[in-house]
Order: sequence, then structure tokens, then C-alpha cells
Amino acid sequence: MNTAKAAASADKSVNDTSEQYLTFMLAGEEYGVDILRVQEIKGWDKVTRIPHTADYVLGVINLRGAVVPILDLRRRFGLETIDFGPTTVVIVVRVGGGRDERTVGMVVDAVSEVYNVDAADTKPPPDVCGSVDTVFVKALATIEEKMLILLDIDRLIGNSIADELVAGAAAA
Amino acid sequence: MTIDPDMAEIAKVFFQESREGLDVMESGLLSLGATADGESINTIFRAAHSIKGGSATFGFGEVAAFTHGVETLLDEMRNGVRPVTAEAIQTLLQSCDCLREMIAATEAEQPLDQDRIATLNGDLKNILGERPHDAPVPVPTAAASIEAAANTEAAGWRIAFAPVADLLRLRNEPTRMFAELRRLGAFVARADVSRIPPLDALDPESCYLSWDIEITGQIPRPKLDEVFDWVDSGCRLEISSIGNSAAVESEQAGPPPEAQPGATQAAPPSQVERAPPASAPVQKASGDSGSIRVATEKLDNIINLVGELLITQSMLSGFADGIDPNELDRLRQGLSQLARNTRELQESVMQIRMLPISFAFNRFPRIVHDLSRKLSKKVELKLTGEGTELDKTVLEKISDPLVHLVRNALDHGLETPEQRTAAGKPETGTIELGAFHEGGNIIIEVRDDGAGLNKAKILRKARERGLVPMDQDLTDEQIDNLIFMPGFSTADQISDVSGRGVGMDVVRRNINDLGGHVQISSKEGRGSTIRIRLPLTLAILDGQLVRVGKEVYIISLLAIVETIQVERERVNTLAGRTEVFRLREEYLPVVKLCDQFGVEPDSRSAEDGLLVVVEADGKRVGVLVDDLLAQQQVVIKSLESNFKSVSGIAGATILGDGTVALIIDVPDLIRSAAKSGSGAVAAHAA
Amino acid sequence: MGKKILAVDDSASMRQMVLFTLQGAGYEVVQACDGVEALDWARSSAVDLVLTDVHMPRMDGITLVRELRGLEGYKFVPMLILTTESSQEKKMDGKRAGATGWIVKPFNPPQLLATVARVI
Repeated sequence: MNTAKAAASADKSVNDTSEQYLTFMLAGEEYGVDILRVQEIKGWDKVTRIPHTADYVLGVINLRGAVVPILDLRRRFGLETIDFGPTTVVIVVRVGGGRDERTVGMVVDAVSEVYNVDAADTKPPPDVCGSVDTVFVKALATIEEKMLILLDIDRLIGNSIADELVAGAAAA
Repeated sequence: MTIDPDMAEIAKVFFQESREGLDVMESGLLSLGATADGESINTIFRAAHSIKGGSATFGFGEVAAFTHGVETLLDEMRNGVRPVTAEAIQTLLQSCDCLREMIAATEAEQPLDQDRIATLNGDLKNILGERPHDAPVPVPTAAASIEAAANTEAAGWRIAFAPVADLLRLRNEPTRMFAELRRLGAFVARADVSRIPPLDALDPESCYLSWDIEITGQIPRPKLDEVFDWVDSGCRLEISSIGNSAAVESEQAGPPPEAQPGATQAAPPSQVERAPPASAPVQKASGDSGSIRVATEKLDNIINLVGELLITQSMLSGFADGIDPNELDRLRQGLSQLARNTRELQESVMQIRMLPISFAFNRFPRIVHDLSRKLSKKVELKLTGEGTELDKTVLEKISDPLVHLVRNALDHGLETPEQRTAAGKPETGTIELGAFHEGGNIIIEVRDDGAGLNKAKILRKARERGLVPMDQDLTDEQIDNLIFMPGFSTADQISDVSGRGVGMDVVRRNINDLGGHVQISSKEGRGSTIRIRLPLTLAILDGQLVRVGKEVYIISLLAIVETIQVERERVNTLAGRTEVFRLREEYLPVVKLCDQFGVEPDSRSAEDGLLVVVEADGKRVGVLVDDLLAQQQVVIKSLESNFKSVSGIAGATILGDGTVALIIDVPDLIRSAAKSGSGAVAAHAA
Repeated sequence: MGKKILAVDDSASMRQMVLFTLQGAGYEVVQACDGVEALDWARSSAVDLVLTDVHMPRMDGITLVRELRGLEGYKFVPMLILTTESSQEKKMDGKRAGATGWIVKPFNPPQLLATVARVI
């Protein structure tokens, strides 16, 4: 399995227009997140549930003294849920910036690869993009004959937490 | 005014220091009313003097100019030339306010309130009996203008210099002075040794020499004056320009030549650049930017503790090479020492955030002074326990509620001198503001010896408004505490002093939100006491761990009134849904955490669990849990930093086993319980 | 090691300004926040120059200069007082107490350095 450390030490770039993406699997599709946003990858461990939250917020964990929420991406995307297995991991990402910076964990089926993705190899997302709401998709990329869905992680996490506000308010 | 970045850093210290200086001035001025001894005026004067000096040094000319007037008045009072009148004190107090605003505006780089400054300047001038002409305090940039007013430049100067015998003793070295002159132009000096006494009469520390000096070059006269500035009193110093021997100036201990009216005046004040008045309000000074000044002692404590921790740690790591069972005892010993050090270190770190409550109390002499004048009441303010420490954040947040309570005590609590005399009480009322520690909390009391609350009137009002059922009897204490109910005001008329709209309910809510409590007790005709209990810090909390099903939550011990085992016969169901529980004479709604938080509990029926009776906003509810676990101090972590706030949850903490537990927001839980159908969350008053 | 200067002022910002300026020029600076503290320190230590404010709590600068001159080790140490333009009288008081000279407030760092360079 790739680790964030290994990924970070991988060759930075082939040329200046390429960016590195960490990819992961979710219900048979391969998704990519900007590797600079990835803080670490850890195994699934039990969480402390938080009341009054949407089902995709599994709870919070203690990450070296910080209280970090864990989101289930399958639930977030409305995919069929599965039992967590040995490949299930939590990708811890940093989103937002400055005072709004948040550290959030995402549960995915498995970590896949680190790719250099050249801007020339990407195209904007079509209106329908698998099962994912296209507002969260930054671009599609084709690497080694495979399609990667590059996620806009700021928007995805930001929206998830904002949706949460609405959901929480409705529940109260 | 451009200042380099390092100076800007130091200017920040100046701003902070000036604010402290103003506090000193203000409290000094307030105490002057009673006693006008020399040393207290001196202290006020020194504070003003420092502000003037600093503001001039850092280039804040307008602040310096304004402070100059204040300083002059204080100087005259200090020297007994000017009487210390109530009017003068009032003007000086207003000047302190004005200076505080000027400093805030300067720091925020906002325009100054010129009208206000001009008005107060006029007031100061009136007291000083001066015509409103202005001798501005020079700022460093004005130094060049002295040269502009230079005297005639000659081809050179002839100087006759016969210093006082003390010259050397005061370390005014002729050689150094000559070195300076040499830098100005071609220099020739002839020493006159004729006054040197015989060796046996010679005092080696005295100066017997005098000199005739010729210096040639285009040298402005002030440059020469500067060289001799420190030595010209008492000595013989004649300076004449070469080729203009008529213009001989002779000085015999006369005043130095710089005191020429007008000639050395600094640039007129209008030259000070002034930004066009912007509509933006003066921003809050960055003094509240979150920095904190810490007593060195507190830091030293921590450094010592870290040292101890390191020792313990190295001692423990010595065991890593393989533990001999015989050494198990030493390991245990080391571990318990480590635990103790860690706890102490935590306490010491907490200490850094602690400030004495005097930071909040210091505002009150002024507030009470101003308000008693306005209300024509006589009052003596007594402060006790000003050194009691609490967390900076708690301190900042309690400040406004305290102001409200003290204003209330003065406005509604204390009677007028006439009423007091009629009631056989001393004319001057007393308001006491005190603080002390009690069991890990801080208690703040606001006590007055005024009229006390009118219980009959309060109860009548509460009944009229349906806050208390007509047939319910309340204890005196319960009646008093009705004033904390929303929308309750006992004042016959709303005065502009205690404010409109902001009621005691808001005060109580603010205190509750800090995790604290407030209650009032009063005796009719004798006065009232308001007692506030607050946690010392918002960073840690004394918590009761409770279990619901498989989950663990934490309830602040401060919010818990008591915990009880439920008996079947004391539980009633209202309207088929809401359960209430009879605790002595009152009925408490039962809030089931399992339902609130969606947990699968051991049991849903109240009699199988425990009821934790909690209180906030004057309401009590029984929180149903499955079990009580340990009580422990927990460090509060925000849920918002990485997520968002969640209703019913005040934060999270990390337990000893590394898992996260959520802290229950008791006020919020009670509020939402009241909303969600259990309208039976009855007003509780104590 | 640079020359050692004892700087006495009750204002922290002035002390910092003086400290920053003098240290930047390579002097070693010892600070005290009033006359009593300065005198206590001076009884057991020596310096090359004393710079003192006039108005300070507990012991003012003029008294400090007078007291220091009485100490054996300070008999010949240059002493400068920081004073304001308006106080001609203070300058003379300072002189009588034994001060070498004065620096007129407000001053900026170059002015301070130039004045210090006149005596050490």
C-alpha cells in the first residue's frame, strides 16, 4: 500500500504543468485528490459518534490530540454501503485555508496509486459523472487507459460540513 | 510618520504601556477626590510624563502635544501652584478618555477626533488660565529646523573656554570636546596652564586649565553651542566669530543661547500630515490581539517543571534495557512521579493564561464615580480580592455582565441620600465588589447596602405575566431570583443608566454560557448580594463521566445539582409523553439522553437509570443516564475547529484511553428540551 | 566586549528603544526600571556609562546621579540624564547632582548614539 510518506517522496513532476494525485477506490471507480492536501493515511479505527449529524458523518477520532471528524465517502456519494474490510482506510486531508483550515478524514475502500497528472491529459467533467455530483469533480483524467475522477476536495468537504449545518438545524 | 519595523514593534509596547499609564492616572485621579497628597499627584504626573515622552519619541506628535497640556496642569497641581478642584479632576479624567481614544486611533492608524481634542484642549487651557496659543512639543523630525534658524556663518570662530574646576569630575572630557570641534573644522587650541597650583596644593581631580581655541570653516554657531552645551554653566565661555569681532558673546553662567523665542520653534502643527477623516470607525486597538503578558515567575515554574519531567523521563527510560522484577517498585515510583509532574506542568501552563481579576475590577472606580454623579447618589466602592486569578477569556467575558450588575446596584439598589437618611442609614451607600476562590471555581460577589428587592412587587409582576402559577408558593430566595427571568424588569421606569433591553436574563445567560451560575439574595431595606460562580478557565472542566448505552458523555460538575436514583412512584407522565419527576416540592422534566442523542440505552424507563439533576438559566431538568462513571478534569477541545458546532454538545475531550468523549452543553440541552414539547420545563428560581 | 551602559527608565517602551538602539551599535546594556533598582545593581557592578530618565517612581534620576557619584566605582563614570526640552531647570539640577550631560527628549536612535559617542 502506498503511504503518504512514500507518495510525498515520489518524483515530484515530469514537467511543470503536472500535479500529483493520490488515487483511491470507491465502488469500483478510481478517484484522485491533490496529494498536497493529504496529511496522512491511516487504518480504520472506531469513532465517537456525534448526535444530530447526517449519516455520512461517522463521528470523530483523536488524531494526536486533535478532534477530527470522519466522513464515509460511500454514504456521502449515496453509494451502497459495505462492511469495512482490511483494505478500508481513512485518508486524512486538509481543506480550506487560513482560519478556515480543517483536518478531516474520509473513509474509502482502498488506496490505489500516486500519479503525475499533466493538465493536458485532463478534461472538464461531463454533466453526468458516474454516481458523483459533478460539482465536486474538478476534472477527469486518463492515465494508462484508466479514467480518474479528480475531486475538488475543498468543495466536497466544505459542502459536506455546510450540508451538515442544514441537516443539523432540521433535526433540532 | 514612517518608523522602521523594529521601532514599530517597540511602539506596540508603548501603546500597551500608555494604556496602563492611563489606568494609573485614572485610578489616581479618582482617589484624589478623597486625599490630595503629593505622592499620588506625583504618580499621576509621572504617568502623563511618560506618555508624553514616549509619544514624542515614537513620532506621535498630536498625542504628545495633547499630553503636554495634561502634564502641565498636573505639574502645577504637584507643585501646589494649582488647587486640586473637582472640575480639574473631571477635565483630567475626560482627558484620559480622550488620550485612550487617541492612542487607540493612532495604533489603528485611524484619524483622530479633532473636535474632541480641541474641546478638551480648550478646557485644559481655561483651567491653566492660558490664552489658547500653542507651543507644540517638538518631535524628532523637527530637529532640522533648529539649523534652519542658524546664526550667521563666519569664516571661523574664536573660543575662550575656562571651565569650572569640576569639569573632569563630571566626566566632561576636554579631549573629547576638542575631538568634536576638530570634526567641525580646522582646529587650534592653546592651553593656559598658569592656574595650575604647586604640586602639594594640586587636586588631581580638578581642572585648572583654560583654553583659547581657533576653529576655521563654515561652521554654524549652534554646532558649537552643542559641544559646549553641557559645560557652559558656571564656566567662562566666549565665542566670537573671526572677522566679526564685534559680535562677541560672553556668558557667565547665563542661560544658554538656545532660549530665543520663536527662533527655535518647531514646525507648526498644521504641517503634521493628517489623513482625511474617513467614515470608518476607530477599530478596536490591537492590544486585545490575544497576546498576554506573563509574570516571569509563572514561566520559571514551568521551566522548572519541564526540567523535572526530563529527569523523570530519563530515569524511566533507563529501565528500557530490561526490567528486573525487583525494580518494578522503582518503575512504579517513577511513573507516579511522572504523573505528578505532568499534572503540575499542566496546572502551570494553565496559570499562564490566568490574570488577576483586578483587570476587570479596575474599571469600576471610574464607572461608579461617573454614575453616582449622574444619579446624585453618594456611594463608596469597596474592592476586595482583586488579586484573585482567572482565565483571560473568562475575565474578558465576565467584564460586561459585571458592569451591568454594578450599574444596576447603583441605579436600582442604592437609594438617594435623602431616602437613606430618612431610613436611618448613612447617607453614603456602599457597593462591594469582591472575588475569591472556592473549590476550583471563582466566586464574584456584588453586594450593596441599598433597599433590597421588593419581593411583593416581584411576585405580583411574575404572576401577572404568568411566569409563576397563582397558587404556587415560592421561597424568598426563589422570588428574588425571578429577576433573572427573560423580560423581567423591576424598575418602575427604564433609566438610561441600566440600559434598555439588556436585562438580567442576558446577564445570566452570558454567565451560564461561560459554564457559570448566578444568584441573588436580598433583604428588604438592607441590600442585595449577587453571587457569581465561574470556572477558573474555559480550557479545562471538572466533569462527571456518564454512560448511556455504549457511549460516554461528560457533564460539567458545575451544572450538576445532585444525582438521584429514581423511584417509580415519583415519576409522572404529562400529556401522555413528557415524564416529570417530583424532587421534593418541584416537578422536574426528565430529559432522556438516549432520545436526545439517538443512543441505544440499557433501558428507557426512568426508574432503571439515574437522574442527574442539572441547572442552567434558572431551570432544572433531570437527565436520565444509565450509569455514573468517574469524575475527572478534562481538557476541552472544540468540535468547531475541524467540524462545526453541534446542538447539545459544548465540545469534546480525549479520555485516558485515547478515545474522544463529547461534553454536554447543559444550557443548550435545557433550552432544546423546553422547545421540544416538554413545555413543562418549569421556571425554577434558585 | 562592547562598553557597558546602565539604562534606567520606568517606561518599558523607552527602555526597549534605548536597548535596541545601543545593542544595535554594539554596546552592552543593563536595564533598571527606577533609581532604587539601578543603585542596588550599581553597588556591586561597574559600567562605562549611565543613562537615566528623570521622573521615576521610588527614586528619581537626579537623586540617582547624586547617589551614584557618591559610590567609589562611579566617581568618574559619565552619566547622562534624559530630560525634556522644557526643563532647563532639570538640566541644571542634574549638573549640580553630578551629571555629565543630558539628552533632550524626544530623541531618535541616531541622536542617542551621537550623544553616547560624545562621552564614551
